[in-house]
Amino acid sequence: MTVLEVNALSHRYGNATVVEMPAWSVAAGEPWLLLGASGSGKTTLLHCLAGILVPTQGSVKVGGTELGSLHGSALDRFRGRHIGLLPQRLHLIDCLNVIDNLLLAQYAAGLPRDAAAARGALEALGLAGRAHERPHRLSFGQQQRVALARALINRPTLVLADEPTSNLDDGNCAAALDLLLDQAGRSGAALVIATHDQRVKGRIERRVELTGGMAVPA
Amino acid sequence: MNLFTLAIAYLRSRLLASVLQVLLLAIGLAAIVVMLLVSTQLADRVERDTRGIDLVVGAKGSPLQLVLSSVFHVDSPTGNIPYAEAMKLSRHPLVKKAIPLALGDTWRGYRIVGTEHALVEHYGASLATGRLWSAQMQAVVGAEAARAGGAGGAPLKLGDTIIGSHGLVDGGEAHDEHPYEVVGILAPTGGVIDRLVLVSVETVWDVHPLPPAAAAAPGSPAAAAPVPAAGAAPARDDGHGHAGHSHARPAAKAGAKPHSHSHSHSHAHDHPHDDAAVAGSPGGDVAGADGSTKPAPGRELTALLIQYSSPMAAAQLPRLVNSATAMQAASPAAESVRLNRLVGVGVETLRVFAWVLLVAAGLALFISLYGALSERSRDLAMLRVLGARRGSLLLLLLLEGLLLCAAGGAIGLLAGHALTEWLGRSVPALSQWALTGWTFAPGEGWLVALALLIGAFASMLPAVLAYRTDIAKVLARG
Repeated sequence: MTVLEVNALSHRYGNATVVEMPAWSVAAGEPWLLLGASGSGKTTLLHCLAGILVPTQGSVKVGGTELGSLHGSALDRFRGRHIGLLPQRLHLIDCLNVIDNLLLAQYAAGLPRDAAAARGALEALGLAGRAHERPHRLSFGQQQRVALARALINRPTLVLADEPTSNLDDGNCAAALDLLLDQAGRSGAALVIATHDQRVKGRIERRVELTGGMAVPA
Repeated sequence: MNLFTLAIAYLRSRLLASVLQVLLLAIGLAAIVVMLLVSTQLADRVERDTRGIDLVVGAKGSPLQLVLSSVFHVDSPTGNIPYAEAMKLSRHPLVKKAIPLALGDTWRGYRIVGTEHALVEHYGASLATGRLWSAQMQAVVGAEAARAGGAGGAPLKLGDTIIGSHGLVDGGEAHDEHPYEVVGILAPTGGVIDRLVLVSVETVWDVHPLPPAAAAAPGSPAAAAPVPAAGAAPARDDGHGHAGHSHARPAAKAGAKPHSHSHSHSHAHDHPHDDAAVAGSPGGDVAGADGSTKPAPGRELTALLIQYSSPMAAAQLPRLVNSATAMQAASPAAESVRLNRLVGVGVETLRVFAWVLLVAAGLALFISLYGALSERSRDLAMLRVLGARRGSLLLLLLLEGLLLCAAGGAIGLLAGHALTEWLGRSVPALSQWALTGWTFAPGEGWLVALALLIGAFASMLPAVLAYRTDIAKVLARG
């Protein structure tokens, strides 16, 4: 089953084309890498895939739904329920404790608050004891796991991770990658990891190379 | 987890700023509430206490002071007026009703007023228990004064004795030798009479013997005036046993004659045994008292409360009093307006101050929400990524502003009432006005609306900016 389908996508800021992607298709449960140097347009492409940016041209379909056909709050809702984003800077809500961060994701997506599911997700990531701590009191690794749990809590079909390993040493890099692959695999979500981290390359076969703003699936 | 709890979480995350904003707003609102409560209660009180009193006649001096002392019982009197002259005026055809007041003593800060039964009637008071005074040294106590206490803090009851102290402020010399017997207690009226201790005019005279100089000043114009007045009731005068009466009095009270005049004039029908009580009063028999042959020099009143018999009186009577007598006439209505103007300056200052506080509170709220916006932009963008609508962000920011202002409003209202109650209890100058925080002033509902409006206004721009957050830009910035 195809989870993500990109067709003739291009995005421009002013006259400068930032990113172009002729065609791409991702099936359910597949992990992919989105490789490119800093400033190559990875984040822009990721935002287009997440429905955060509306591409200047072309189409992005997630789970069969054309993102361009959704507007305003319908797009927000769709994103909240079907796409999980793990931002590079995590962006946990610091005035809420860990479990409330997960419940917030359910609330924002317009889903019923399921505290049991949230606790289960934390337990699976070894964070059961930190449920009532504020994010800033956790280590970066722990915070990243909370952000991952948040990205997965609504069982999205597509998970997008932006530079998940850039701040980690080798050991933690491998562990984080394991966790991402494992968790995405368990929930059956397609996973796209945008990175310029050479250490990640060996782990995932499928990849898109971004050079000079042109994204070509390899 | 919902917008409400999220808003609370954000407010708590900047607790100090939140508390400051709430306080700022609360102080401003409390000031307005106090102002509203005090001014409406004072206006009410003034309206109620001056109702039916067209003119106050008293000694020359400040007319405002005369009205304050004789109608509201809050200031010291301007002086005394000759009794006979007052009586003469009270029989003027333009006077429908004239109630004499003789002030001078207090009991625990409550004024002892020598007057007639007509005063009770005038204020629409009724007896809760007991009866009106019918003899000297008998007192009828207003509801509030009675509540304040007999021995050991218990309310006064019939048969208790109270001892007045000299002067209208607490701490005067006690008249130990002149205890009053409580014969009646009035039901509460909400008016000034609740705070008075009423006795007969004669009682006040008895407690305050005239100094010999005053008693022996028949040549003064004030003392000369009474002659025709006293002569107006010759039949009744003659009917009384003057000899026995005046002989029972001390020399210093040689002016007993007018007393017996007034007595027969206005009270003879209700308490014919008055004389017996006077005769039995301490002081003993002093020879040489010649009150029976001389007409009433020196007996005095503090003021006369007058109701006109016709609208024409308003034009004539004050002029008559002010020009043709040594007394002055003051209109409670006019003096109340003057009082309002005087107090108005202070109230106006307080009002401006309160509004400045409110504007400052709104501004502080705006600055705080607006300032926090840039550091919150990532949170807001993340909320959108998680599925929240633009409208939810708008609501979140509005909700934060409104919650702060609702809290400020509630605390402000509560504090305003508490402060008013406290002022009423502990500021002596205000306690005489029977201020209370246990009531609502019209317009307080608007204050709540105003508080919320400030919240909405202050958070509007930040909310709109939150609504417009460009999530891609914010997230790309990292």
